[in-house]
Amino acid sequence: MQLKIRLFGITKDIIGQAWTSVDIPESAKVEDLMQNLKITYPGLNKLHSVLVAVNDEYAKPEVILKPNDEIALIPPVSGG
Amino acid sequence: MIALTDQQINTEEIIAAVQADGAGAINVFIGTVRNNTQKKTVVHLEFEAYESMAVKKMQELADMASARWPVQKVAIVHRTGVLPIGEAAVVIAVSTPHRKASFEACEFIIDTLKEIVPIWKKEIFEDGEVWVAAHP
Repeated sequence: MQLKIRLFGITKDIIGQAWTSVDIPESAKVEDLMQNLKITYPGLNKLHSVLVAVNDEYAKPEVILKPNDEIALIPPVSGG
Repeated sequence: MIALTDQQINTEEIIAAVQADGAGAINVFIGTVRNNTQKKTVVHLEFEAYESMAVKKMQELADMASARWPVQKVAIVHRTGVLPIGEAAVVIAVSTPHRKASFEACEFIIDTLKEIVPIWKKEIFEDGEVWVAAHP
């Protein structure tokens, strides 16, 4: 399945655009997505932390992804 | 009042939003743009937000504070975009019956906002720029 990923902050700089998409198997998990992205974009490995949000919620590595999920990479936040 | 805005924050409006007859205290925290960091001169800041999730998480913070303290009303407003030195980046106001709870709730909200709300700050220096990682 094709998943579209929103990018913010330093992850947007590393990947060079505000969106990316990945093609991963049905029933892939958040951890599979991260592994795929880190292989495609090795620059992500230099970050000490990148979380994944699915439908506006922080998602654990074992969460199974669905084709219509809104997915975002969340590098370390720094608001306030 | 829970919001993100790309316009200058009106603090008076936020204070008015948390006024309540049962409130004996209103605590207001204003996070402002500082002109230096680690001995480097900051020219300005840029804030970027994952808007839908950020607003949702800010509302969750307000709800968590209201569950822990006798909060009358809460307002959290955060800026996005380019901010010059001295401008308010975030304003948090909490009204409670007595002062101690308003201090504690306000501190909880700003501390937790900096940990979980998806907003990112970029510091622009005279000779470069860097995304801040406040919580390694």
